[in-house]
Amino acid sequence: MRDTISILSERLKKREISSVELTKAYIDAISSSDLNAYVHTSFDEALRQAEEADKRLKEGTATLLTGIPMSVKDNISTKGLETTCCSKMLEGYKPFYDATAYAKLRAEGAVLLGKNNMDEFAMGSTSETSYYGAPLNPRDKTRVTGGSSGGGAAAVAAHLAAYALGSDTGGSIRQPASFCGVVGLKPTYGAVSRYGLIAYGSSLDQIGPLANSVKDAAIVFDSIKGRDFRDQTSEETPYTVSDKLEGGGKGLKIGVAKEYFEGISPEMKGCLEGAIAFYEKEGAEIVPLSMPSLGLALPAYYIIACAEASSNLGRYDGIRFGHRAAKYESVDDMIARSRTEGFGKEVQRRIMLGTYVLSSGYYDAYYKKACTLRKQIVAAFDGLFSSCDVLLAPTSPNTAFPLNYTGQNRIEMYLSDICTVPVNIAGLPAISLPCGKDGKGLPVGMQLIGKKFDEATILRAAYTYERGERQEVEELEGGVL
Amino acid sequence: MKYELVSGLETHVELSTATKIFCSCTTAFGGAPNTHCCPVCTGMPGALPILNQKVVEYAIRAGLATHCTINEITHMDRKNYCYPDLPKAYQISQFDEPVCEHGYVELDSGKKIGITRIHIEEDAGKLVHERGFTFVDYNRGGVPLIEIVSEPDISSPEEAKEYLEKLQLIMRYIGVSDCKMQEGSMRADVNISLRPVGSKTLGTRTEIKNMSSPSFIVKAMQYEYERQAELLDRGEEIEQATLRYNESENTTSKMRGKEDAQDYRYFPEPDILTVHIPKEKIEEVKASLPELPTDKFRRYVRELGLSESTAKLIYPYRNVARYYETVLSKGVSPRTSANLIVGTVYATLKTEEEKEAFSIAVPEAELALLVSYVDSGKLQASKAGSILLQMLESGKPVSAYVREEDLKGLSDEELKKLCEGAIAANPKAVEDFKAGKQKAIGSLFGFLMKQSRGKADVKKAEVILRELLK
Repeated sequence: MRDTISILSERLKKREISSVELTKAYIDAISSSDLNAYVHTSFDEALRQAEEADKRLKEGTATLLTGIPMSVKDNISTKGLETTCCSKMLEGYKPFYDATAYAKLRAEGAVLLGKNNMDEFAMGSTSETSYYGAPLNPRDKTRVTGGSSGGGAAAVAAHLAAYALGSDTGGSIRQPASFCGVVGLKPTYGAVSRYGLIAYGSSLDQIGPLANSVKDAAIVFDSIKGRDFRDQTSEETPYTVSDKLEGGGKGLKIGVAKEYFEGISPEMKGCLEGAIAFYEKEGAEIVPLSMPSLGLALPAYYIIACAEASSNLGRYDGIRFGHRAAKYESVDDMIARSRTEGFGKEVQRRIMLGTYVLSSGYYDAYYKKACTLRKQIVAAFDGLFSSCDVLLAPTSPNTAFPLNYTGQNRIEMYLSDICTVPVNIAGLPAISLPCGKDGKGLPVGMQLIGKKFDEATILRAAYTYERGERQEVEELEGGVL
Repeated sequence: MKYELVSGLETHVELSTATKIFCSCTTAFGGAPNTHCCPVCTGMPGALPILNQKVVEYAIRAGLATHCTINEITHMDRKNYCYPDLPKAYQISQFDEPVCEHGYVELDSGKKIGITRIHIEEDAGKLVHERGFTFVDYNRGGVPLIEIVSEPDISSPEEAKEYLEKLQLIMRYIGVSDCKMQEGSMRADVNISLRPVGSKTLGTRTEIKNMSSPSFIVKAMQYEYERQAELLDRGEEIEQATLRYNESENTTSKMRGKEDAQDYRYFPEPDILTVHIPKEKIEEVKASLPELPTDKFRRYVRELGLSESTAKLIYPYRNVARYYETVLSKGVSPRTSANLIVGTVYATLKTEEEKEAFSIAVPEAELALLVSYVDSGKLQASKAGSILLQMLESGKPVSAYVREEDLKGLSDEELKKLCEGAIAANPKAVEDFKAGKQKAIGSLFGFLMKQSRGKADVKKAEVILRELLK
């Protein structure tokens, strides 16, 4: 068995191991790892938090998450601990407040090991745009982790954290989860507070868990979700999901839209067809569907995300925090130089693209049109969900790319987001979970997409598959201990 | 050539909510630099704005008070521009769906200045240049503003001034802002263009930024009118530009031209939900509005019978009007009460601020009592004035100065006796009067008043005296 939250929590509660011992084991593993999954660590503070957790465990006030070491993506604010979005622009920036999602975990006694590597400002699908260099895929170190939450996916897959918080703007939790063979949940837009998440595309961003099992993802989701008065777009979620996983496949209507499967490799297709067959065997009804507007999601996504990013990233001017150019002639010059030096190429590209699509004279042709497409995609999903409960699709058309591949194949990299971005455009919940391997032995991800605020159903479907069919990745079994 | 001035104003009014527009920091003026701040109003990465519902309500109030339509669906937009006092590099404002549209403000002449729109937005911080450095103070950042955009209906500097003063008065009346121009809680950008008298097409306009006093607006507009007229007379073109007004030299100078016009790249603010304002809410706000200044002024003149000049001295001051109306609620004469306030109380109030505050030592009921004595003819108006003056100083009640027995008045018998005495004691005046000098009767009144210690009814006495002197 892998080190899941349930198992570790059980051992902590039985006092077979203390949180301090467990934390030390993770610290040792991180220290000897060459995956570059972490960019900032907080080991001293982690041990202090573990001591606190041990007290709670002793007092009997512990929850499932008390004393369990975890990690957080580098774009989620952690008070006093560097939060840089893996950008030179924010080098040395230490927030003076905690993101709500992280604060909720801390309130349960979670132990923070450090901050995970990622694409700079979450812009990328390989984590290679990180200022700190790319993290390596623990399944094959010559390959990327996926991105942008690549460091978190690698950390969870390699037992460098029991679970991690990532963020997903166009697939940034699900795609690296599929590349690294872990579970990644992108919650409904508004299910988890974005307060403290450093914005990329504000109308698309959502924090969610990367975990070793569907149940773990559900447990973490239960802990972090809910209305936050600091985030107006967050909503009340007066239910729990981790106790509703056992329903099985019977009665589930699983939609399969053929457009999702266009252009994926026969091996991947084989894996997903295996999953479909499994659900049928479990008593689910498979509903063949079509979503002709799927292809529209990609341009709509890049326009909306970049437009919002161009505005969101305007605040990095070197005035109050982060990188400031050493030499400048005026305030304007200081801002321009600081930004030129501080932002990497991909970030600059997306800022320019976003600035362009919002400019007067181009707004209607790009941004406004993208918003119209967005409405069409929302309507298309509504149509699909009138005849099914869950949509089954690949998480990505590819398995993990080799390192340094996408740098020369940028358009291909953008296109590889096709399976994940529609969900963000429509604000839906989706989960990626391992579903076999391709010919190179690389994990294939299956994506289950649900109706708004119906995380319970996709988690139940995912849990059913995980229990019945999942092929464990042998070489990474055993966990940290 | 003769030119006609065409002008519109964009007026920024700082709302007097207790907290900022997107966070719970105080809006208090001043404070040590960067002490009224939090992650939200300093634009820290990851912080999110929460729209203060009070701000929406205040904007609705302002809209209803200026006869605007309130949009039931309204949303916030981002206005992107880069300046060190704007920590997010965008201002959260409103672009295409403002809270209010299509209203007007009426001038004394009856002319209506159209209001195009009123929208809500956040203020920026402040740059402080000191010791060769530039510091940023974000205390003001996130203080709520409404921007009131007028139609180009203003055709003289005086109209602009009156429009602004009317706006100021309305905003103070409805309690949404103190509109203190010297503290920057009300500022205006003035758009000006000229066209030949009779022409219908608009000329090229210039915009004078950030004006903070009505009298400077008049001067700046006069200057700009002259400047543009001179150029047009010479056959030159007006350059569309943003100008700055230099108070000490009374000139305008160019800040930026059309070619530097900023592209604000407005787009809907994704962090704030669309605001739905239900009809009931609008009705509720409407019901809570006080009588508006123009309505009050008209009522004072038409229903209470005040002269326009007296009414104008009372209605602009909310506290005076409130005091005055409380006095009237005791059923006393509106004119006598108004005259005592304007003639006597005002003499003791030196500044506009004192009038605005109107905290005086005489409670409404005491003034009403004093007025009632005048109304019933028991006390002369001038006497009432001098008593009121003493009351204002001492804070003592009417009873301290007027004894009941003094107010009984004189019987007809007693009055006749007094008149006879007056005639007997003033042979010279009687002689003059009989010789045709009507004014001579005045000294007889003086004598009467002195003798009766002010109790004599002048009108009655005059009848008696004339009868006796026939």
